[in-house]
Amino acid sequence: MKATDIIKNGLIKENPTWVLVLGMCPTLATTTSAVNGMMMGLATTFVLVMSNIVISLLKSVIPDKVRIPAFIVVIATFVTIVQMVMQGYMPDMYETLGLFIPLIVVNCIVLGRAEAFASKNNVWHSLLDGLFMGLGFTWALTLVGLVRELLGAGAIFGHSLIGGNDGMLLFILAPGGFIVLGFLMALVKKIQKNS
Amino acid sequence: MNLLKISGSPHVHSDESTKKIMWRVNLALVPMLLTGIAYFGLNALLISIVSVACCCLFQWLIEKFILKVPSTVCDGSAIVTGLLLAFNVPATADMIWLVAIGALVAIGVGKMTFGGLGKNPFNPALVGRVFLLISFPVQMTTWPSVGKWFPMTTDTVSGPTPLGILKEGGNIDLPTLTEMFLGHMGGSLGEVSAIAILIGAIYLLWRKVISWHIPVAFIGTAFVFSGILWLVDPTAFVDPVTTILTGGIMLGACFMATDMVTSPMAKSGQLIFGVGCGLLTIIIRNWGAYPEGVSFAILLMNAVTPLINRWCKPTRFAC
Amino acid sequence: MAKKAQSTLINMLLSLTTIAVVAAAALAFVSSVTEEPILNAQKAKKEAAIKAVLPAFDKLEETSIDGTNCTKAYGPDGQLVGMAIESSTEKGFGGHLEAMVGFDAEGNVSGYQILQTAETPGLGAKAGEWFQKGNKGDVIGMNPATELKVKKDGGQVDAISGSTITSRAFCEIINNAYKTFQKGGNK
Repeated sequence: MKATDIIKNGLIKENPTWVLVLGMCPTLATTTSAVNGMMMGLATTFVLVMSNIVISLLKSVIPDKVRIPAFIVVIATFVTIVQMVMQGYMPDMYETLGLFIPLIVVNCIVLGRAEAFASKNNVWHSLLDGLFMGLGFTWALTLVGLVRELLGAGAIFGHSLIGGNDGMLLFILAPGGFIVLGFLMALVKKIQKNS
Repeated sequence: MNLLKISGSPHVHSDESTKKIMWRVNLALVPMLLTGIAYFGLNALLISIVSVACCCLFQWLIEKFILKVPSTVCDGSAIVTGLLLAFNVPATADMIWLVAIGALVAIGVGKMTFGGLGKNPFNPALVGRVFLLISFPVQMTTWPSVGKWFPMTTDTVSGPTPLGILKEGGNIDLPTLTEMFLGHMGGSLGEVSAIAILIGAIYLLWRKVISWHIPVAFIGTAFVFSGILWLVDPTAFVDPVTTILTGGIMLGACFMATDMVTSPMAKSGQLIFGVGCGLLTIIIRNWGAYPEGVSFAILLMNAVTPLINRWCKPTRFAC
Repeated sequence: MAKKAQSTLINMLLSLTTIAVVAAAALAFVSSVTEEPILNAQKAKKEAAIKAVLPAFDKLEETSIDGTNCTKAYGPDGQLVGMAIESSTEKGFGGHLEAMVGFDAEGNVSGYQILQTAETPGLGAKAGEWFQKGNKGDVIGMNPATELKVKKDGGQVDAISGSTITSRAFCEIINNAYKTFQKGGNK
């Protein structure tokens, strides 16, 4: 397997959000602004990279029958680390993302990559896979957040374009998440089909 | 791969009949348009024109440039959506341009995303209205005051709606029942006059465009349920007559819940649908975060329509 | 590639135990590092909330008056300069509404922060900014010795447009807080 394939898979061809459609819960819940989406994506990326590395290292010593609990323990450890670090050093962001940080544990992408990739491939490839799957997730979340923030609050990365006015509130509320995600997914599919 | 075409109701066989039905609905909506203009003046007219024009324009643009299919603007369904959307917003100057956004959502998200007329699970006009309500809550709950007939000027003083008065528990007098029946009260553009709605509904019943099941079940349930609540505690709940004459129950029950595409096909299913709408409306009005629940109630029941259709198969003609 | 470990009982026990122990050790280490920053961040957050609603102070003292959480603020000479009171009502449009209200020594409203709200987004939920200094419904500096009321009820407060009920509930919160302030603020 070539490294460039792994990169392309993570970012576009098997993008966790647009193609695999995994991890929809954080995707919908945390993308109320571009920054929130990006932070959620980066937190997930960190967990993905670390758990992929560790699981790839341990793959030969973990017996098959207990691999899932072992993977979950490894993933949960890194998630808890992210949680504690965020709580201590980025309290505002922790407040915003709140519940969804501990929920990275059950994000299908993380366990999915551990099971489908890291437990079968070497450390270097697993690291690359974790990093670019994570970045694929990140850019998707940032894009969803960007669109929702632009329409819902009239702002880009927190910089308001319309002064003190409200945007179309629906987009930063839950239904806006579904609508934006759906239309962006259709758009990405169309672009992929054409290219 | 289009060997088998699966489509929702109505299973029409020619464009002609869809067209006919839609134009009859449009005709039935005229009395409400007239009362709206009579009570709210120029703004009401402008909102209706902008709404209808935008719905037709967006449908044409989407069909021509995105879907690349022959245009169906002439079937009149976009005009129905446009009129119903206009009827569901307050007739204030702000709404003249906001209704254009509502039209884009109604046609773009509510209708064409699912493949156009006959395939949309939700009533497009209501999708547009709820979008506007949630996105622009201040503008959507600022009502023009009702005073003189045919007001030509923009009245910026906001007048309360009966539902607003009731929910706020203010000391302003409610309109009398006659005023409510004629529509001389605050409210959305087309929902105020019960008599205009009834004229339109009776025409549709006579033309067999709609059947009595949904409106009667809807209004009846709302009446009975609110009546029970009122009997239990007359100080906390609104009396049933006021309940059905204010807000959007009449308009919703006769024109939006009866939308053929998004309501059950069988008569028994239509009764379930109407009862569900009535119950949800009263629940949302009394315990929800918004003063009016008709649009939410109908959309929620739209969502369970496929399920109702599965339970209640329409009776076949020859069996 | 090394040979895969077999799924024998001993292997499973060993691998899981080792992973769990290593994970626990790693977490214990990170926890010891982040413990202090987390506490500091939480304290800073609470202080920032109190600071935002109170005039300048030197020392804080937490008390409870009739079961209501209060924070008294003292100046450099030990005199009372203000008081932050947590107050709530069930009469919001969405039910429970809770805020921290600050008063200066004379009982003028010096600030407030909404702590919990279930108001309608875009309408009642605006209460967080609407009544702040310089905004439309500015209540800062008002003295609830004469009860705060919205203009519609003959009072002096501009209600949030479209949200009379929330505005009434907000006034009630301030008035309740003021009652608590009177009970305990003059010592």
